[in-house]
Amino acid sequence: MTVTTRSWRQTALRAGPWWLYGAAWLLAPLFFPSSFSLGLLSQIGIGIIVCLSYNILLGQGGMLSFGHAVYSGAGAYLAIHTLRLLADGWPVPVVLVPLAGGLAAVLLALVLGWVSTRKAGMPFAMITLGIGELVWAIALMAPSVFGGEVGISADRDARPALGSWTLGPALHLYALVAVYTLACTGLMYGFTRTPLGRLLNAARDNPQRLGFLGFDPRMVRYLAFSIAGGFAGVSGALTALQVEVVGADMLSSQRAGTYLLFTVLGGTSVFAGPVVGAVLMVFALAVFSAWTQAWLLYLGLGFGLVVMFMPGGIAGWFAAGGLRRAGWQLRSRPLDSLLVVLAAWMAATGWVAMVEMAYRLQLRAVMGERVDFFFWQLQAASATSWLLCGAAAVCGMFALARLLRAPAAVAPSNAAMERRT
Amino acid sequence: MSMLNGVSYGLLLFMLSAGLTLIYSMMGVLNFAHTSFYMLGAYVGYSLGQWFGFWFALVLAPLLVGLLGAGFERFALRQVHRQGHVAELLITFGLSYVVLELVQLVWGRSALDYQVPAELQGPLFVLHGVAFPLYRAFMMLVAVGMFAALWWVLARTRIGWVIRAALSQPHMVEVLGHDLPRVQMLVFGGGCALAGLAGVIGGNTHVTEPGMALSIGALVFVVVVVGGVGSLLGAFLASLAIGILQTLAVGVDMSMLALLQSLGVPLPADRATGGLLALRLSQLAPVLPYAVMVVMLIVRPQGILGARQS
Repeated sequence: MTVTTRSWRQTALRAGPWWLYGAAWLLAPLFFPSSFSLGLLSQIGIGIIVCLSYNILLGQGGMLSFGHAVYSGAGAYLAIHTLRLLADGWPVPVVLVPLAGGLAAVLLALVLGWVSTRKAGMPFAMITLGIGELVWAIALMAPSVFGGEVGISADRDARPALGSWTLGPALHLYALVAVYTLACTGLMYGFTRTPLGRLLNAARDNPQRLGFLGFDPRMVRYLAFSIAGGFAGVSGALTALQVEVVGADMLSSQRAGTYLLFTVLGGTSVFAGPVVGAVLMVFALAVFSAWTQAWLLYLGLGFGLVVMFMPGGIAGWFAAGGLRRAGWQLRSRPLDSLLVVLAAWMAATGWVAMVEMAYRLQLRAVMGERVDFFFWQLQAASATSWLLCGAAAVCGMFALARLLRAPAAVAPSNAAMERRT
Repeated sequence: MSMLNGVSYGLLLFMLSAGLTLIYSMMGVLNFAHTSFYMLGAYVGYSLGQWFGFWFALVLAPLLVGLLGAGFERFALRQVHRQGHVAELLITFGLSYVVLELVQLVWGRSALDYQVPAELQGPLFVLHGVAFPLYRAFMMLVAVGMFAALWWVLARTRIGWVIRAALSQPHMVEVLGHDLPRVQMLVFGGGCALAGLAGVIGGNTHVTEPGMALSIGALVFVVVVVGGVGSLLGAFLASLAIGILQTLAVGVDMSMLALLQSLGVPLPADRATGGLLALRLSQLAPVLPYAVMVVMLIVRPQGILGARQS
């Protein structure tokens, strides 16, 4: 029997990413002190919690859920109602509200999860979508509890959060979100190392074998589902604290779809994937959507490309040595690589310009016909602009197809690279 | 009367769930974008109808949608096939975003004025003073015709035999010299064409707008779960049951409270003023299919005609 012992130095080095992660949360307000950027940072933290919790289902359990917004929404609603009660004089510190939200979501997930996890695989996806719609329709029917489309509002600094400290300023809220984000990230990472976390991987990969070993895969899925629901509830409660109004859209299947989309974009195969996804989510929703009307189209196409060509998502691509392989490609065949990038850029600009012009034509009254595209100005109604962009798109795609079909462009495996170096 | 309306709505649901079930049982792919093809069918049918008339659109639009579906299978879905079913579901999920945005790009964000063709307007017959629209009968005819054609293709033609053989023995079918990927492309395109057909005939009785895919999508999934995942006949029964249930519930203008009281449940009188019990059954109609699904999952998880849980 071998006992491996590590010095404290090795342990500290192994925890390197965690030090960086903690430092990032500690130092971020120094670099981005405006209340707008603090708001974005808080959103990133909230997104990280919910995407990580979603990845317990999708990445670690192989359960593709279309109804995760039910649990984040439940946490949000409980938080907003608790805030209203606190304003009436309940003696509970506001910092505990996210915990209450998480607890409510766990209870709801224990009830609904019992039905949802009866099936795995594709039927599970359909059931979660149905239950999501059920909860959403019920929420719209009872406006006294759920506030309908308008929502229910409350005040987060009506009472002190802890001692005499209130949550009013954006920096205070950021601090609360940062603490919860760090704690939840650590807990969810810890969960992947527990026996239950390992059993969940087994339930994903080979449920039959797990059954032969004497475990009930359904029970494993059920417990993991409830835990994921609980973390989603914490993130929902933090959302409620941040925006101070909760409407039925918190429960909608569109929101659940957004969680799914960005978790997959970030990467489901590595633990840090959803963190990347959450950062992307906040940037897409807050920044990218302001740039262009067609952002959902690009998002859908980009998502499809990631699913097709980067099965591990963005973080998975890096973790699998994608950067090293791309660098190798660049060094060994610089001309070809340059041409590929050029062709891809040409095709993409051509298509993007045409989409933007089409949107201008559709919404002519609101947006006008001019498209400011990098340094060019295009006219949506002029045939020349269309011909130019169409030619760029077609030529670029043609060149890309030719270049990628060349056998030498195939990247060697990691092992082959090792031998060369 | 509302029974007949329910049947016609149920048959529309079946046209959608049939394609979904066919694709699922054949390829193991849960096509999340299935109702996106339904939406495309409605929009393309509307535009073709403007130029060539409804009858051309009825034939051409499903073919066009089927071609699009086959193209998607060939160039996107097939590429992720070896990554497993989750990746396949994800790529159809991405497609649903793209189709929604493209539809908004081409046809705009507001609802279309997609009318029932003039020769099919008017009532077929009048029963107890309530008219039954001719178009509803036409819808039922198309749906039943489609079901018959589907059965004939699967049971009586050579390609149908290959498809059914590929369901249970894909490797053997390949060994016998059939091009399995091509068969799958055909099935996917065919399923999408069915969805497109449902869009052409359903788009003008229901509303044709960018939100139509999502609003009916969840319902179709519910039908498939209740009917038993992968069972065509189960999907048929569940479609009819849910169509009838929902249409009947819309017609009943009775509150939950009154319903419970008429069933002899004693209730405290002070509750009568508000809350969930005061909701009318017609308001509850949107929830009913999902409630049916939940009950079904508790009582009989495999659905009406589903196979044993594997």
